[in-house]
Amino acid sequence: MSEQPAFWEMMAQNASMMIAGTPQAQALGMRIVSIGQARAVVEVDWREDLVGDPETGVIASGVVTTLLDNTCGVAAFAALKEATSTATLDLRIDYMRPAKKGATIRADAQCYRMTRSVAFVRAFAFDGEDETDPVAAAQAAFMMGTSSKFGQNRKAPR
Amino acid sequence: MSETVNPVSVVDLKALFERVPYAKFLGVSFELKGDELTAVLPFKQSLIGNPVLPALHGGVVGAMMELTAVAQIFLTQNTGKVPKTIDISIDYLRSGRPVDTFARAHVTKLGRRIANVRVEAWQHNRADPIAALHGHFLLQASEAPSIVAGDQS
Repeated sequence: MSEQPAFWEMMAQNASMMIAGTPQAQALGMRIVSIGQARAVVEVDWREDLVGDPETGVIASGVVTTLLDNTCGVAAFAALKEATSTATLDLRIDYMRPAKKGATIRADAQCYRMTRSVAFVRAFAFDGEDETDPVAAAQAAFMMGTSSKFGQNRKAPR
Repeated sequence: MSETVNPVSVVDLKALFERVPYAKFLGVSFELKGDELTAVLPFKQSLIGNPVLPALHGGVVGAMMELTAVAQIFLTQNTGKVPKTIDISIDYLRSGRPVDTFARAHVTKLGRRIANVRVEAWQHNRADPIAALHGHFLLQASEAPSIVAGDQS
């Protein structure tokens, strides 16, 4: 009897469910390309309704922001031994250049340090194969083990 | 800081964001009272990032605040040019609840080439923001040609 698969392996097997269960990821048409230990690659296709600059047809930076945030979150999750709830503490994004019109954007995130309470993640976004020419870079920190009662946000904060 | 807002630019602002498909995708709109610009993001199910709580997607809140910063610079600068985002840094203070979200921006400094902007987003209580952003934006100068090879800005 082989030992139980690692948590990230179970995530990888259920990758499509992670998008289907996240309405905004679904709305953007995100696809999980791969999940590894503490690592995630997610992409989103260029679409007319996601354009941020109608003159150039370049995809909105907000789409890249959401893709990077999402991918960083998945990478932090893939660094865990078991599921817990997480919350983004902060997210810093550098936009190096506009993405090419029509190009699929691919985000590659690595959780390079996990403590008991905080996950540190870095990510890059690309619009082609050239890994030396990213369109954006992100640095994020996530709180691990936050409270997550079902429906708790339906009430206004105290 | 005193900022004179030309009424013409308010019309331009609405026209500008009506042409941006992504602003429509999010459903964000802008309201101006005097010289104070407020971004409004009505809640809809597709903005959710965590369906258990449920909570707005962090990227959505970040993107909304970034659009607010761009709109505020556009108004303050009043040249009809749209700034480009260089970098943003977002603090998440509370999870975004499944209700409408508002944001206001303050241009800390409007330089010749760079604007420094701070934004806060809130829901129930303006004094208890759900997120804060600060960012640097490249102003689109008509003169001052680029000195960097391959710089598209």
